[in-house]
Amino acid sequence: MEYILLFISASIVNNFVLSRFLGICPFIGVSRKLDTAIGMSLAVIFVMGVAGIVTWIIQYAVLNPLNLGYLQTIIFILVIASLVQFVEMVIEKTSPDLYASLGIFLPLITTNCAVLGAAILNIQNGFSFLKMLIFTIGSAVGFAFALILFSGIRERIEYSDIPFYFRGLPITLITAGILSLAFMGFSGLVK
Amino acid sequence: MKLSVMFDGIWKNNGVFKQVLGTCPTLAVTTSVKNGLGMGLATTFVLICSNIVVSLIKNIVPSKVRIPVYIVVIASFVTIVDLMMNAYLHDLHKILGLFIPLIVVNCIILGRAEGFASKNGVADSLLDGIGIGLGFTLALSILGGVREILGNGSILGFNLFGSSFSPAIAMIMPPGAFIGLGFIMFVISYFEKRKRG
Repeated sequence: MEYILLFISASIVNNFVLSRFLGICPFIGVSRKLDTAIGMSLAVIFVMGVAGIVTWIIQYAVLNPLNLGYLQTIIFILVIASLVQFVEMVIEKTSPDLYASLGIFLPLITTNCAVLGAAILNIQNGFSFLKMLIFTIGSAVGFAFALILFSGIRERIEYSDIPFYFRGLPITLITAGILSLAFMGFSGLVK
Repeated sequence: MKLSVMFDGIWKNNGVFKQVLGTCPTLAVTTSVKNGLGMGLATTFVLICSNIVVSLIKNIVPSKVRIPVYIVVIASFVTIVDLMMNAYLHDLHKILGLFIPLIVVNCIILGRAEGFASKNGVADSLLDGIGIGLGFTLALSILGGVREILGNGSILGFNLFGSSFSPAIAMIMPPGAFIGLGFIMFVISYFEKRKRG
């Protein structure tokens, strides 16, 4: 039960994009079309899951025993950057189809603060390995959920008659605000 | 060395309003002017230092590994800021929390390192760092000001409207950040599109 609540809390109640403000750049940048949004979401779920596991192991197997906690930021971002590079190469070799659809998103993920944010939150909250796994996957699913939902709304907005000065970024941000307002309805569901 | 480089950074090339970069910290920490200012100045410090170092090492670093090198430079300065703030500004450090280590992935900083400092001299890079940093601080303070006035009825902690004023609490909650920035963007696009005619 505790684990289910953790999953719901990470994915919906404390949604990464709409209430923690992590990963706003891809949220606004690649949400114009539904299929690119789905591609980006899959890439983020994958990288976030692997990065969460690797950084958790590094923190507890290397940094803590050697008292190198202050190197956390540098090590984590290096791990994520090289991991993204590695994943890109592996996917390119093993599955050209997947690479064609995810390829362009992979380099962008290095500077997606959701990935580094999740890795640091795992450590700050002192999660055990299993909890870390659930939290990371929950957050990633929440990110994907928000991104896909939002791109659906944006596709509708394309065909609407928007006041001239609101076109483009202003209406996008205000729509995100209303979506975030809707998500606030979930607050209090899980502590 | 051109002073115009600096002034361009503050408004014409403003990272948040014109290039729409670094939106995560912009939205997350601007619940009050004070938090916005603190985050802005921390980012400015990292931006100035990383710009200087990147422009100093631009000829030594092979172009294939330049991005990881820049990230390490930025991450080192972020670690310095993180530890310094924890020691001297502990309260602010607690509020900004997660977003201090996340300065590393602020696209404005990597963008300036790659787009400006790796092509220009030390003096120009220093001025560019100051300009872009102050522009970022300005953007965060404006959004922080709007949200603090509407959501809390105060500015920099001073109560503005007396006790009978009931603030719109949603403005200091997450939705207020999106809506506040959306309306600021609307005002900017209004004046820009009018000027162009």
